[in-house]
Amino acid sequence: MTPDQLVALLAAAVTAGAPLIYAGVGETLAERSGVLNLGVEGVMLVGAVCGFAVAVASGDPWLGALAALGAGALLAAGYALLTVTLGTEQVTTGLALALYGTGLSAFLGKPLIGVPNPAPFRAFPVPGLAELPVLGPILFRQDALVYLSYGLALAAWWWLARTKPGLHLRACGENPEAADAMGVNVAAMRYGAVIAGGALAGLAGAYLSLAYTPAWTENMTGGLGWIAIALVIFSTWNPLRLLAGAYLFGAVDALGFRVQLLGVETSSILLRMLPYLFTLAVLVVITVARRQASVPAALGRPYFREE
Amino acid sequence: MSTGAAARPLAQPARAEAPVWVDAVGVRAGSIVAALAVGAIFLAATGHDPVHAYREMVVGAFGSSFAVEQTLVKAIPLSLAGLGVALAFTMGLWNVGAEGQLAVGALAASWLALSAGALPAAVMLPGLLLLGALGGAAWALTPAVLRAYAGVSEIISTLMLNYVALLWVDYLVFGAWADPTAFSFPYSRRFPDSARLPLLYGDVHLGALIALAAAAGLAVLLGRTRWGYEIRTIGASPAAARYAGIPVRRRILLVMAASGALAGLAGAGEVSGVIHRIQQGLSPGYGFTAIIVAWVAQLRPWAVVLVAVLFAALLNGGFVIQTAGVPAAIAYMLQAMILTFVLAGEYLLRRLRRRRAVAAARALAAP
Repeated sequence: MTPDQLVALLAAAVTAGAPLIYAGVGETLAERSGVLNLGVEGVMLVGAVCGFAVAVASGDPWLGALAALGAGALLAAGYALLTVTLGTEQVTTGLALALYGTGLSAFLGKPLIGVPNPAPFRAFPVPGLAELPVLGPILFRQDALVYLSYGLALAAWWWLARTKPGLHLRACGENPEAADAMGVNVAAMRYGAVIAGGALAGLAGAYLSLAYTPAWTENMTGGLGWIAIALVIFSTWNPLRLLAGAYLFGAVDALGFRVQLLGVETSSILLRMLPYLFTLAVLVVITVARRQASVPAALGRPYFREE
Repeated sequence: MSTGAAARPLAQPARAEAPVWVDAVGVRAGSIVAALAVGAIFLAATGHDPVHAYREMVVGAFGSSFAVEQTLVKAIPLSLAGLGVALAFTMGLWNVGAEGQLAVGALAASWLALSAGALPAAVMLPGLLLLGALGGAAWALTPAVLRAYAGVSEIISTLMLNYVALLWVDYLVFGAWADPTAFSFPYSRRFPDSARLPLLYGDVHLGALIALAAAAGLAVLLGRTRWGYEIRTIGASPAAARYAGIPVRRRILLVMAASGALAGLAGAGEVSGVIHRIQQGLSPGYGFTAIIVAWVAQLRPWAVVLVAVLFAALLNGGFVIQTAGVPAAIAYMLQAMILTFVLAGEYLLRRLRRRRAVAAARALAAP
């Protein structure tokens, strides 16, 4: 592999990592507050279709991104109602959301199949920074949503680790009784985290239909929502490590495409298995290495004040 | 039942007032009605006539003997995979990999059908089914080992392996197994006649009996045997099960393998009983719908079969109303909404029971 090819591969990894950062940071927020949301895949799909529909109708990709945020937030609000207020079992409720989102997106997207996107997010080189050697082409010749993903991961890390509301959120996920005693409104915190997480998952989906692909196809997420959940475990609920994981994963994904360009004789279908097998392998390594010590202690446990 | 006199008066008035199962069945039926109502609102909001759509769905699912046959044919894989999911969920194992296990079962069965066409049906058919079950079991075993010995979440691992299994199907039907006469259509040659499951009623194949037998077997196993008792104990409390000396790890391997085997049987049934070849998209998400089926059926084997028929009807109705311009995806939305309302209904049930218990306690306290 020549240095140029390596740079191109890393740039592709950063692009492919962006939706995982959005969805993964969103899931990190929800899980840090104590709510497991397995519905990411479905929410991403709904975000992808809503974002695409609005972008096509309005000609403005930003409006599409906004619509995806809204659609994701709305679905997540329903999820929060079920899991936080009614205390339903979170694994099953999350699966229901994933399946619902898959169905809803296919329903809404039926007339959009094959429609070209007149207004995708386009690469937008940052003046000055784009000319840097190596880093320029990798980090600064991307589209606007990729730039925002860097900021989001940093901001989420800082907010969780260094601010008081971030501390309160983590308290809800570690020990909701103690958080309640501290005067934190556990239910409100969890609602907020789940809804913000859903909005970000929606945006992750819109990234696919507005920038990465950019078109609408049924089930276009192809498991990225589940991979984002695995990355959250990999990152031990830390947005900065999530950033690293997303790029690592993006590199594997991009490598799959490039292996053939390098002249290696392989089946493209077998190469498409790589991201899933890689995710599984990473999950095994991280579970064995860390023994899940950093799982938010109250993850998946509903909290009700004694009545 | 001789544990303290105080407990009995508490429980008895509650039971006498309305048996628990009346609440349970009532709330679940109500959940389904509520989901259909919300679905109707959604259809109306998206410019479809809900009454017309629902009527067409019912006609498409039950309106003719052909429709009934198609519904029963789809209920077979849903029952088998649903029973597998229910078995795993009973033990607290989140096997969400039925879709992949079904695909691998179909692959294993297809391998025999395509490579040993000269075998007589008497050898071929048991062989197909056995290989299907083994294929599904083998595919479930990796997540089982990872869960049992390394503590790796089976949710993510079974899901990832779904994608891998479906890609294996693609790999073979586009490559080594591609029908040479079909010019890159993603399916294999047709199976020889000896590899076709006998039909019982119209298009309904032998798999229907296998599904019923599996439900009966599972009901006995879970309800009447020590093994079933152990599984339920592990599901209720893994720690307690370990203290009681139940070999939890070995049970995980066994239950996941059995769960995968049932899904694999579903896959073998599809290729040898319905499509008579292996092809891309051989399952319209049976493995995922099976999760909903299992949960709505409260993991009870006979209820799984009943709910599977209902959900097969939904799927079939969804296919039929496409001709009326309503996307078939409405069926998947309705399924997910039914699950959602059933989950919310469980909250209602808990509230109902608590209120009854409180009322009973008050009645007891006031002379």
